[in-house]
Amino acid sequence: MLTAILLGFLFALFLVFTGKFFRGKLAILSALIPAGLFVYFASFIPQISSGEIISKTYQWVPAFGVDLSFKLDGLSLLFSLMITGIGFLVFAYTASYLRGHKYLDRFYGYLSLFMAAMLGLVLSDNLISLFVFWELTSISSFFLIGFNNTNPASRKSALTALGITGFGGFSLLAGALLLGSITGTYSISEMLSMKEAIAGSEYYILAVVFIFVAAFTKSAQFPFHFWLPGAMKAPTPVSTYLHSATMVKAGIYLLMRFTPVLGDQEFWNTTLIIVGGITMVYSAIHTLFRTDLKGVLAYSTISALGILVFLIGLGSKDAFMAASVFIIVHALYKATLFLVTGIIDHQTGTRDVTKLAGLRKIMMPVAIAGILAAISSAGIPPTIGFLGKELTYEASMHAETLTIVIVIAIVLTKILLLWAGFVAGIKPFTGKLPEPYKDVKAPDFLMWGPAIILAVLGLLFGIFPMIIESALVKPVVSALGADASEYHLALWHGFNTVLLLSAITIVVGILLYFFVKPSANLENRIGKLEFISPKSILEKGTHYFNVFSAFWTNVFQNGYLRNYVTTIVLFLVVLVSYIMFGSSRVVIDHTQLSQVTAYELVVALILIAGVFYTVFTKSRLAAVAAMGVVGLAICLIFVFYSAPDLAMTQFSIDTLTVILFVLVLYRLPKYLTLSDYKMRVRDGVLSAALGTVVCLLALQVLAEPTNSELGDFYAKNAYIMAHGKNVVNVILVDFRGIDTFMEISVLAIAAIGVFGLLKLRLKSTDRSQ
Amino acid sequence: MSTLILRTASNYLLPVLLVFSIFILLRGHYLPGGGFVGGLIAAIAFVLHAFANGLDDTKNLLRFHPGFLMPVGLALAFFSGMSPIFVDQAFMTGLWFPEPFPVIGNVGSALFFDIGVYLVVIGVTLTIIFTISESA
Repeated sequence: MLTAILLGFLFALFLVFTGKFFRGKLAILSALIPAGLFVYFASFIPQISSGEIISKTYQWVPAFGVDLSFKLDGLSLLFSLMITGIGFLVFAYTASYLRGHKYLDRFYGYLSLFMAAMLGLVLSDNLISLFVFWELTSISSFFLIGFNNTNPASRKSALTALGITGFGGFSLLAGALLLGSITGTYSISEMLSMKEAIAGSEYYILAVVFIFVAAFTKSAQFPFHFWLPGAMKAPTPVSTYLHSATMVKAGIYLLMRFTPVLGDQEFWNTTLIIVGGITMVYSAIHTLFRTDLKGVLAYSTISALGILVFLIGLGSKDAFMAASVFIIVHALYKATLFLVTGIIDHQTGTRDVTKLAGLRKIMMPVAIAGILAAISSAGIPPTIGFLGKELTYEASMHAETLTIVIVIAIVLTKILLLWAGFVAGIKPFTGKLPEPYKDVKAPDFLMWGPAIILAVLGLLFGIFPMIIESALVKPVVSALGADASEYHLALWHGFNTVLLLSAITIVVGILLYFFVKPSANLENRIGKLEFISPKSILEKGTHYFNVFSAFWTNVFQNGYLRNYVTTIVLFLVVLVSYIMFGSSRVVIDHTQLSQVTAYELVVALILIAGVFYTVFTKSRLAAVAAMGVVGLAICLIFVFYSAPDLAMTQFSIDTLTVILFVLVLYRLPKYLTLSDYKMRVRDGVLSAALGTVVCLLALQVLAEPTNSELGDFYAKNAYIMAHGKNVVNVILVDFRGIDTFMEISVLAIAAIGVFGLLKLRLKSTDRSQ
Repeated sequence: MSTLILRTASNYLLPVLLVFSIFILLRGHYLPGGGFVGGLIAAIAFVLHAFANGLDDTKNLLRFHPGFLMPVGLALAFFSGMSPIFVDQAFMTGLWFPEPFPVIGNVGSALFFDIGVYLVVIGVTLTIIFTISESA
């Protein structure tokens, strides 16, 4: 199973080296990867439908309980099949859609990276590895949205999407860590048995909020929904694959995965119903005001995701059943509609639905796919869409509270979605073909093939629901912790309220389609309300945040070294004295101090004289030399207190420091008085304060009982374990070798930094001369 | 600063100081010393030479940019840390030849690590000082 997940990553890496071969006719071969994976996952159907769960664990960071453990149950199987199945069709479609594109290989690389990340996400049983894959999907989505990287709007959308989903990922990590600390494990399967403990924990609400934020950002729920319409800047195959069929469902997946762990609590259910409800109605209404086909589809996708969240929130068996069928329904018809839109865009060069009509004369197969998908989205029998809608109504009617409001909301949403589906799937193909599109060419099979396969599947599953019933739907419901054995999917349920609601939906929806046409006028009208949308509010927020950070940077990062030093010293003094005087009284243990000898006194006097000379001298060179004296005096003190290693190093460093200073100062102008009297006094006070605080701290440390365990260990084992007698050096190169390695790496980076900065400046002065 | 005495002296001092720095490096395992101090001393030797004879002279003497010592040293330190992996031990486990070598003493992976530190320190110090003195 690990190979299956890694295959996409490996292929993406492989493309880096062999990309140029895959740019041309061979591109279609890439589709073999998702196809193979689809077959691989499909081969598990019999096992999973008989109730088995396949799991596999590879150790990753066992010390932190982070494993690469994978679990294939009904829920992950459904998602895996969607990812690889739709993936296969999208890979094939892309070969024609982006034929001859300069970066086709790169596109395939991102796509397979995404596919692998998504597979990892739905198969992970470990929260931390789930988080890693979750972030990888956000990152690959960022690359794919910004694929047309010469277009600023596209780059901006990519950044918005990354910002929002990245924020969600952060929240997921927080939630994962919180759940991990409540349960003591990161394994989701183990958490299943600790449901009561988690629900009883005082952090339950917080953990749920974190998981919700993650799911809502990923699945574009209100008020985080606005990144999804923006993400439509991506090439259509991406919109099909990521932003309708798979990635946006990752949030839904997360909620479903956690339903048996966190669900069945009032907070969980109510929040999901409210957020899902608002999202589905809000964005369904929004579809009315769009003229861009992809805009219509984006908002109807958000609305569908809202329905799913809402169904999970209902939390009943019916609702889970409805949700799992609706996932399949939505993936089939929405992917089809996106593919159809892509074809129209590719062939005619526009997605403006007010201009498009009569295209059936040119692309009949596409029209069939579009109409089938529209019917499925409308929930007209005998498509699977009808089944999905019936189940949804059934579940809503059994809601515990506010049943009327809930039913009205869902019916309204479905009516509007029917309208959206008709606009996207039927409107471009009916009516009279406008003059400018007379010469439009028909698309080739690679483009319409995938669309028609998905559309026909929607019809097939509707007529024969038993195909998916035991293979896909029931295992999902049982993975959610409900027993689904007595349920049967069927088109005909007899005359009942649900059928009546269905009939109302279809009739009203079709009437709406005939009376309300999408127009630029409507689009402008909603544009006026843009300023109160979550998107504008967030954009204003980021704008002011930028202003604030610019101000902050100007205050603290103003480029004057003296200000930096002042800030650091001041902060240190305040912090250390707060801790030292605030928490405990300062104790100085005189008995611990050794006797002061005559030569120590002499060295101390030299040191003090050096300091004063440095501060008050009028010559820069003399100041540097005096600093050298201070350094050497400190060296001597090290020698007195038997730290020869330290003394040697200090000695060499001091020599080099003086040389460095001389090199720089040599070329500077004469010593000028740059600071006035007040500033000097201020600096003097600050320095004295730091000196006093550090001195007190050192004395305080002496008064504390010391733990010499570590020192003893090093002293004892230096020769036994590391064959060395110089403990300091043994610690540096052996016991704590990794630290030293990091330190020399930092040194090297610093040197490169100095080199880069100075050479860069040289170049720019060269240019200006 | 390029007086005749200093120039003549530095020509003799350079090799002496370099040998001394290697002595400090090797001695580090038993007595005060080690790669860090050794590297600093070697760097001082070159800086002294540059003071006396001019930077260009020292650069000609070195033949390559001192910055190259940094990746070489880092790689040496890294691979000395990696070496135990090939004999199925954890990263950075000290490996030692059973018998001490004449003059050098015990030889083990830690020694190569220290040589890596030595090279990085020379590289870093000389890069910084040369760059600053070129641009000042």
